[in-house]
Parts: sequence; C-alpha cells; structure tokens
Amino acid sequence: MIVLDHVAKTFVTRGGEQVAAISDVSLEVRRNEFVCLVGASGCGKSTLLRLVAGLVAPTGGRVSIGGATVTEPRDDTGIVFQAPTLLPWASILDNVLFPLDMMRKLDASGRARARDLLALVGLSGFESKYPRELSGGMQQRAGICRALVHDPDILLMDEPFGALDALTREELTIELMRIWQERPKTILFVTHSIPEAVLLADRVVVMSARPGRVAEIIDVELPRPRDFDMEARSEFQDATRRTRELIFGGRSARAN
Amino acid sequence: MAAAPEPIKKRRHARLAADIAQPVAALIIFVILWELICRAFHVPAYLVPAPSAIWTDTLKLAGPVAVHTLATTQTVLLGFLASLIVSLPLAVLITASPTIANTVYPLLVLTQSIPKVALAPILVVILGSNELPRVVVTFLVAFFPLVLSIAAGITAVPPELIELGRACRASKWRELWRIRLPYAVPFIFSGLKAAITLSVVGAVVGEFVNADRGLGYLIVTSTAFFQVPLAWGALVLLSLLGIILFQAVVIVEQVFFPWAIDSDKQTI
Repeated sequence: MIVLDHVAKTFVTRGGEQVAAISDVSLEVRRNEFVCLVGASGCGKSTLLRLVAGLVAPTGGRVSIGGATVTEPRDDTGIVFQAPTLLPWASILDNVLFPLDMMRKLDASGRARARDLLALVGLSGFESKYPRELSGGMQQRAGICRALVHDPDILLMDEPFGALDALTREELTIELMRIWQERPKTILFVTHSIPEAVLLADRVVVMSARPGRVAEIIDVELPRPRDFDMEARSEFQDATRRTRELIFGGRSARAN
Repeated sequence: MAAAPEPIKKRRHARLAADIAQPVAALIIFVILWELICRAFHVPAYLVPAPSAIWTDTLKLAGPVAVHTLATTQTVLLGFLASLIVSLPLAVLITASPTIANTVYPLLVLTQSIPKVALAPILVVILGSNELPRVVVTFLVAFFPLVLSIAAGITAVPPELIELGRACRASKWRELWRIRLPYAVPFIFSGLKAAITLSVVGAVVGEFVNADRGLGYLIVTSTAFFQVPLAWGALVLLSLLGIILFQAVVIVEQVFFPWAIDSDKQTI
C-alpha cells in the first residue's frame, strides 16, 4: 500500500548547512497494517510521516501510495498531531468537519459521518461544546475524529498520545485499537514509547538517528485483540527488549 | 456544563459587585479628599480647581461642551476606524513574505519616529484646515501597535494547523481567511484596545494644532482665557470618553468572540 523506496530527505538550515534528516529508508506497509515508528529524538520519524503525507518532498528516492508517487497531500490520508490543535473558535463538531470544509466537500453525509465518529470515541453529546470545555484526552479523541472524517484509507499519527498523562494515554491506546478493529485502516504511528509501539503494532520499525535510517523491523507476534495484560507475555518482552537494544545499542537496557 | 449551583453563583455575583464597588469607592474618596484639600488650603482655582468648581463651570456651558465632546468623539472614531482598515491588510502583507516585511517595516518605524505633534501643522498645510488632518494624526498615533499585534497573531498559529490546511490542499487565501485570521482575533483585540486609547490621544493632538471644535480645542481656549475649571472639565470628559470607548471594544469582544477571552489573557 505505502512504499518508501530508498527515500532520503535533506534539509538546508538557515546558515546554508545541509542536514540529512533521513537517508536511504526503504519500507513497505501493507493495507490495513498497523506500523509503529520508534527511535530517539532527531531520527527523522516525524519527517518520514510528513513525506508519506505529501507535506514535504523527498530529496532522494520515491514515496508511493497504491502505486502512485506522492507529490502533494492526498485525500486518502488523515493526520493526527501530538497536540490536538483544535480551532478554539469552532465547536467540536465543526472542528471534526473542518477538513471537509477546507476541501470544499462538506455535505450531509459528512456531517452524519462526523457524528458517528464522535459517538465511536465516546464524545456523543459534546458536539456543540468548545475545545476549552474538554479535557486533553477528549480533545485528542476529537483530533482523531478530525483525521478520520474524510474516511481516509491511511491514518498518520505523530506521537498522538505524547502530550497526555499516563492513564489517559493507556485508555486512548486501547481505544485506538478498538477503532482500528472496527474500521480497519493502514496506520503509521510515530511514538517515543517502546511499550506503546509494541502493544499497538503489527510491525515496529526501529530507526537510528543522524541520519535517520531503518535499523531493524520487528514483527510483533502478540494475538489480537490486545490489552495491557499482554505486557507480561514473553512475545511482548522479547519485542521490547530487542527494540531497546537497537535504540540504546544494548548499553542502558539493563542499567537499572 | 451544567449551570453553576446557587451558592457559587451568589459568590460570583458578590465578587463582581466587589470588583465594581471597590474602585468606585476609591474614586469617590479621592474626589472628596481633593475637594477638602482645595478648600482647607484655599488653593486658587486657576492652579487646581476643586471638583465642585469643575462641575458647576462645566455644567454652565453644558450645550457647547456637548458639541465639543461629539466633535472629539467623531475624530477619535474616524481615526480608529482608519487604523483598523489600514492595519489589517498591512499586517497580512507584512506576514505574507519576508521581502514585503523588509520593505514595509522601515517605513512603518519611520512614521512612528516622527513626532506627531510636529507633523500635525504640516498636515494642516497639506490637507487643509478641516477634519482630515485631525483624523490622519489620530490614525498615525493609533495604527502602529495594531499592525504589530495583528501581525503577531497571524504568525502565532500553531504549525500543525497550517499543516492541516495544507493536507486539505487549502489555498493560501483560504488558509489566511479560515485559519490565520480567526486565530489572530484575540491578538487583534488586544491591539484594538491599545489603538482606541491612543486614538483619543491622537485626536487631542490634532485639535491642539488646528480645530474650531473639540475637547482639545476647548482646553487650549479655556486656559488661554483663564477658565481653568472648564479646561479640567474637558480633561475629565476626555478620560471618560477613553474609558467608555475602551469598554465598548471589550464588550464587542465578549459578545462576538467569547471564545477569544481566555486566550486573550495570555496575549496581554
């Protein structure tokens, strides 16, 4: 579905310096697969997400979705950011409808879909509330609805739970898996949290930094549906240990 | 959310009452002290008139004073309107490209470095002895902070929202209209609050230099004829005018952009 073929991205800083954010990344993501990108800060995982979203163009290689090269943002991708960044002047419903409105595709079926999505994430009855009246977790749920409102095949998530407290984070992790089970999508999920990545993903793509490249791709063998009790299982332990080793080079994995 | 329970509501009312009552009480005490000191020390009215003298002398000329007040209000509002109409597109232009910003900014700073009092007589020569030079001076005094706050608002949009707009392939124009400008509303209002206060200053400067009406004109002529209490009356009316116009801006924000109030607190 999503194919990255020897993709590289070099940024030019203000001082005219060339900085390689990503170099020679090749990756194939299957339809309705859940893939997590983990790696230290500055390993280019957010850049990778923006390349797939068509928000930045690669300086080398090729990104394609369904065989077509990505040259600009496409209708079949939706993005969730780390901060919910809802519009403070719009109601929750209007926030969810905002992408449709910006694409000039707002119609009755879109409205119905937005209400369905809000119900799916447990925000029925909050349609006419304003973002400041909602908790951070509820705002991020609305942010997920906003990314899904145009019914994209691909959901790109850039540390979507990074700004939430630990409990809300676990709650939304379970919630996301439920949403994905009910409405299968291809999900590319960027995170700093190794347990989160292993619990969510079919495959965990571990990236190394400067320049960002794929260190290894780990298959997670845990059965679905998953929950936090599975953290005790050996498949989970093996996958997280291997990920840690790759990121820290085996040095700090057993520091404590 | 559900309506606040009664005791909390009552407490809120009590707090609101205190918020109004305390400054009013302080003001009354201040005026009484002023009156008492003037009487006790026999301060001559041409130096500092007592509040009672200001009141009676101004009231005696209530008709003409009202005309002067209306004239000043008109200049203030026209100048304020002009600064809003000019600042909005100007801020959009400045934020649109670094080249435009580099070209326009030095010119803006230049207009601000010219003393407006010095410019006013020259404007009268250019524009004639009428309302126009007063409005232009008012505008020149008021518009700069407004341009700065609108520009700050337009550029303060979280990058994620801009990316969201781009992901929806929205045009630059639509991005400005649907994301950047609404996001700038709290900033625009903090600029408008500064601009309305400065507009009163600008109008008076304009009237000092060239006018046959207005509270600034009234201050110049009444002090020339040693009608000092009347000049003080004009001063009081000017501050009242400033307060009322400022509150009008606050009310417009509360009524039309209630969501902006919370974020506004962070921008001031």
